[in-house]
Amino acid sequence: MSPLDLVAVADRAPTVGHGAYLIIAALLFTIGAVGVLVRRNVLVMFMCVELMLNAVNLSFVAFASRLGDINGQVAVFFTLVVAAAEVVVGLGIVVAIFRRHKGRATADDLHILSG
Amino acid sequence: MPPGAGLFAAELFSVDNVVFVVGAIVALVGAFFVVTSRNPVHSALNLVVTLFGVAVLFVSLHATFLAAVQVIVYAGAIVILFLFVIMLLGVDREEALEAEPLKGQRPVAAALGALLLGELALLSSMRFRAPPPEAVADAITPVVADKTNVEQLAEAIFTRYMLAFEVTSILLVIAVVGAVVLARKPGRSFGLLAPRGEDDSAEVGA
Repeated sequence: MSPLDLVAVADRAPTVGHGAYLIIAALLFTIGAVGVLVRRNVLVMFMCVELMLNAVNLSFVAFASRLGDINGQVAVFFTLVVAAAEVVVGLGIVVAIFRRHKGRATADDLHILSG
Repeated sequence: MPPGAGLFAAELFSVDNVVFVVGAIVALVGAFFVVTSRNPVHSALNLVVTLFGVAVLFVSLHATFLAAVQVIVYAGAIVILFLFVIMLLGVDREEALEAEPLKGQRPVAAALGALLLGELALLSSMRFRAPPPEAVADAITPVVADKTNVEQLAEAIFTRYMLAFEVTSILLVIAVVGAVVLARKPGRSFGLLAPRGEDDSAEVGA
């Protein structure tokens, strides 16, 4: 079997319904959202935000496949870039907060705005 | 049966079904342990598991380029950055998850999560009327069979979305500069950012 045959096999339309992908995306998004609400560690909260971004990416790709439109995948490409930038800036902020708060950086330590 | 009509393929143990179920279970289990791990390092490693599961789902949807980028950028770069910061800050110790700093936080979070899931289920069970094909003909770039996924994505990004692509490069530069400015030690300034006169004396002393 040549590699080209493998490509031909992979180009069949998926037989798993797109609704199933949307269900998985909804579950992933919910797990991420609950994680942001429950966890107090800023780094873990960031990871949960990444989970939510991934869930949205998955639904984008599912819709792109459903509609036969490549633009959904382009949107995921830009989401990936923006997520990378977001993580870089977010972690920079975490490091800055960590320095200022002498080694404590949970969400409970950031109460400087509370009255 | 047309593709995408039912939830699963007619044949229960077809390759598509097995790949989908395995990818979905891997992604969901990884996500669950991202939230419930006591140790942030374990959370980061479970995030890798989830990202791999989602990459498998991307492959099963024929988004091969995005699956590769997912593994390279997310699992390769972003999670490494997470681990780097965790170990740089030394917060890689277990935290007590039993203690609840805010009273009633977890029940409220669980209720909100259930509400969110219900909303998503309601939304995805609704039937939206698709616009007529001639109305969206300009907006859609149809997937064609005789081009690979990478070719089609490249064509879309470098023609139609050229401006957005260039803007993301500016965004990345801003992010890098912002991260450097944010993470530098307070009090130690770079030449350009230093107030006049302050930096020069330090240079003379050194």
